[in-house]
Amino acid sequence: MKRTFNIWAELDWITVLIYLALVTIGWFNIYAAVYSEHHSSIFDLDMRYGKQMVWIIAAIIMIVAIMFIDTRFFTFFAYVFYAIALILLFAVAIFGREVNGARSWFEISGFHLQPTEFAKVATILAVAKYLSSYGIKIEKLKTLIIVGLIIFAPVVLIMLQPDIGSVLVYCAISFVLYREGFPGGFLFFGFLIILIFVLALVISQEAILIFLIIVALLSLLVLNRRIIEIVIGALSILLIYNTILTANHFLHLRIAHYYALLVSVGITSAGAIIFNLFKRITFIYWVTLLLSFAIAFAYSVDYVFDHLLEPHQQHRINILLGKETDLKGTEYNVNQSKIAIGSGGFMGKGYLQGTQTKFNFVPEQSTDFIFCTVGEEWGFVGSFAVLALFGLLLTRIIFLAEKQRSAFSRIYGYGVASILFFHVAINVGMTIGLLPVIGIPLPFFSYGGSSLWAFTILLFIFLRFDASKMTLLR
Amino acid sequence: MNQYSTRQFIIGGIIVLVFFIYIIRLFYIQVIDKSYRNSAENNSQRNVVQYPSRGLIYDRKGRLLVCNEAAYDLMLNPQELRAFDTSEFCNILGISKEQVIDGIQKAKFFSHYKSSPFIYQVSDLTYALFQESMYKFPGFYAQPRTLRKYTGKIAAHLFGYVGEVDSSVIKKDGYYQIGDYIGMSGMEKSYEKELRGKKGVTKYLVDVHNRVKGSFQNGMFDTASVIGKNIVSTIDAGLQEYGEKLMANCRGSIVAIEPSTGEVLALVSSPTYDPQLLVGRLRSKNYGELKQDSRLPLFNRAIMPKYPPGSPFKLLNAMIGLKEGVVTRESQFSCYLGYTAGPIHVKCHPHPTPLDMPHGIQYSCNAYFDNVFRRIIENPAYNKQSEAFDAWRNYILTFGFGKKLNSDFTNELSGNIPTSKYYDKIYGKNGWKSLTIISLAIGQGELGVTPLHLANLAATIANRGFYFIPHTVRKIEGLDTIESRFTNKHFTAFDSTYFNVVVHGMEMAVNGPNGGTANGAEVPGIIVCGKTGTAQNAGVEDHSIFIAFAPKDNPKIALSVYVENGGFGANFAVPVASLLIEKYLKDTVNRAWLEDYVKNYKINYVDKK
Repeated sequence: MKRTFNIWAELDWITVLIYLALVTIGWFNIYAAVYSEHHSSIFDLDMRYGKQMVWIIAAIIMIVAIMFIDTRFFTFFAYVFYAIALILLFAVAIFGREVNGARSWFEISGFHLQPTEFAKVATILAVAKYLSSYGIKIEKLKTLIIVGLIIFAPVVLIMLQPDIGSVLVYCAISFVLYREGFPGGFLFFGFLIILIFVLALVISQEAILIFLIIVALLSLLVLNRRIIEIVIGALSILLIYNTILTANHFLHLRIAHYYALLVSVGITSAGAIIFNLFKRITFIYWVTLLLSFAIAFAYSVDYVFDHLLEPHQQHRINILLGKETDLKGTEYNVNQSKIAIGSGGFMGKGYLQGTQTKFNFVPEQSTDFIFCTVGEEWGFVGSFAVLALFGLLLTRIIFLAEKQRSAFSRIYGYGVASILFFHVAINVGMTIGLLPVIGIPLPFFSYGGSSLWAFTILLFIFLRFDASKMTLLR
Repeated sequence: MNQYSTRQFIIGGIIVLVFFIYIIRLFYIQVIDKSYRNSAENNSQRNVVQYPSRGLIYDRKGRLLVCNEAAYDLMLNPQELRAFDTSEFCNILGISKEQVIDGIQKAKFFSHYKSSPFIYQVSDLTYALFQESMYKFPGFYAQPRTLRKYTGKIAAHLFGYVGEVDSSVIKKDGYYQIGDYIGMSGMEKSYEKELRGKKGVTKYLVDVHNRVKGSFQNGMFDTASVIGKNIVSTIDAGLQEYGEKLMANCRGSIVAIEPSTGEVLALVSSPTYDPQLLVGRLRSKNYGELKQDSRLPLFNRAIMPKYPPGSPFKLLNAMIGLKEGVVTRESQFSCYLGYTAGPIHVKCHPHPTPLDMPHGIQYSCNAYFDNVFRRIIENPAYNKQSEAFDAWRNYILTFGFGKKLNSDFTNELSGNIPTSKYYDKIYGKNGWKSLTIISLAIGQGELGVTPLHLANLAATIANRGFYFIPHTVRKIEGLDTIESRFTNKHFTAFDSTYFNVVVHGMEMAVNGPNGGTANGAEVPGIIVCGKTGTAQNAGVEDHSIFIAFAPKDNPKIALSVYVENGGFGANFAVPVASLLIEKYLKDTVNRAWLEDYVKNYKINYVDKK
């Protein structure tokens, strides 16, 4: 007996509701961010809010379309989508239009498309397909390598544009892997490597080394729980470091602090290994090995940047990292952003009454800094509400993902949640001054067709799968 | 795969934790930290100052002397600048192309987004022409200001002038900002707070490019400007004008006071200048030229110099002698065309001899007062001559000499009456005596007074024993009274009986019988009392001095005239004072011959290079 399958009844309306709320509030905010007393109709297609409305309508159409597509379409063509995405990423780095020092956009007769956003969807699909395929064993090294490649390939291509923000978002996939059983430590290390990659270009080598030492000691603490040994290790490093420095001073040698620290770490590690040689404690080897790898990696990143990159490439990366300044400098951006949000007070200044956003004090205020409009016009109450909505969305997705009976859907669901989470976290964190300026959109809020559609597709593919969860087993 | 399902909580936990941190951060910057609100307001508000017009100044009869004229600062906002027809621009404004380019560069250097003055104080005629074509020159607009206008070219020193405030003042008083005007001297300075009114402010909202977008909160926080308070001064404009005319060819001063109130009727410092010169755009240039002028026209000779008082000082010695009991009204001293004592010989002019005190004053006998002075200083009632001298000094001080009179002139000086310690330093203790300082007897030597002091002395004598601090303001709009210090009587150490002798002597000096050093001062129908002075000035012509008051009973005017290098007091100071008294009391002068004499009186001034 066939059960009538009504997709609309199975669709998770709670998530749909949250989605619609976010998109609507997002639209109102774009209107406020672009608002000026002279603008007349809200349907004015020359203005951003007019365009965004068109895109919202298009997104709704896409949602309906997705609902009518069979889930096997997505599972079957996952790798195909992935391949197309890679090709597009490659193409945009070569043929794309240069904007703000990066080639991230296709412009074809007035129509703009950003493949990076769609590539995220495709990558998640590919990862989900691979990890849910028959006979996959998480513990095998081969699994890790292939998953790594699946993630790495688009990352490399995105770096060609370059777009550091999106690269960071790919780190979100580590959440997915973690849920699927990858050792937490591994993921943590992978995350660390990305972090070092970015940090190496921003802060000094010595600062990174200190950071890594602290991380290494903390990980030993977590793994070992023997505080004494940790303390001995730390003291040893300090002692040797200081000895070298005093020798430096008195003998008038010119040993750089960095190398002094490096040597002290090296000696201490050697000592630790020798001490533990007979105790068969493996993690000390691992930590030492990974620490060395991380140090070498940090150094090489710096080296590559300084010696192998052309000045204009360095310049672009620096701009994106916020090290170099355009006209007014990124400090200005963040400062204006904090002023806009901070001046909102508890209740905000009122809709369309935000002085900072009204008079364009915040740069990029309808795209990357859209959250400023929320903060300024709706105050703490509004900011809290928006974050709460996102929080609800993410936890709802995770809740639904757990309920999936097919691995593919679950993995994909976690992918959706992770990507959305990273976008929100990095974007909002940047506007309130907790993170450096990294340009990525706020999902459903930032002006832009590509990002709105990509996020909508990302989310609703999952909802499509969720709607069919009772019928899917794989 | 469900074996890892507990990890969902770790992932969920991380998400919740991150959002929680963000919410705390938001709470901090939005609710707790107020600094962002301030920054937002600074970013987006612009305050446009509304400058009020300065208070008007009238003379005592209600004639308007100082008022305001509209002027326009032409401002440039480089951000709004577009290409324009420079030749038309130059034609209208009367400047050269180079000045335009230079001015634009200066404005851009100041700020690309903010306005700054392009030309200061364009005349309203030029502005009217410019305004018609202003639309052709985007970026330029006018900021209305007011400038002082002087209806009569008189009393430049008295009124003072207005100029742009400098940074030290801005630091001290937060009311002022760059580009504000402030009174720099004279009445404009003394009464700055009353005259300046209160600036108003209109708040506008501006966007990031500093473009005005509308008023802030519908003008709720705007404050209206308050115009300055008008002042009625004590000056008699007619008298002032007349005095300046009489003194036009010489260097010196006239100070005329109404004794019953201390109101300054006229304050003439010659050479003077047209006060309109120090207004507006040309002020700096004109000021520079005036400063370079070797005749020192900017120097207020009425209150700033330290002159020797000359013979008027004898009046004081007379009274002190009487009070100390070392002489009487009838005391007689001989004069042998001078006074001789030991190595000292003081010359005197021919006159009947011997004389008693009133006649000593009438004929201004040097010998008489040398004697009086010696008696004062050698008074056996004191242990030491230096003590007697200090006592003498204290009497002098009660007339207001040796210190500032605390008038409302901002740069009044105190003059100098030496102390015994001063002489101790020069001559050593016990190294000096009455003869050493005998020149003080006749108002020479180490004495320094200002003409204001001398006029005040005339007023004190007119009042028979007290004075009011000389002041220049009768009424300030909105206030019931002027400052109390101006309405308090300042008594000297002498009651009115001592003054009678002196007044008698002064009456005879002018009216006789039998001549008197000041008989040129006689005014038909009025009893004028006066005392001449001729101050010796090493190497060059003596200074001509005269103090007087009239009429003798119920005096209405007391004045001092001091003319540098004018010769005998009788030569110049006396006729000038006489004409002024006639003008003030009778309103017209019927002695055209005397006016001609004064006009044609020539003094040769030798300028120090």
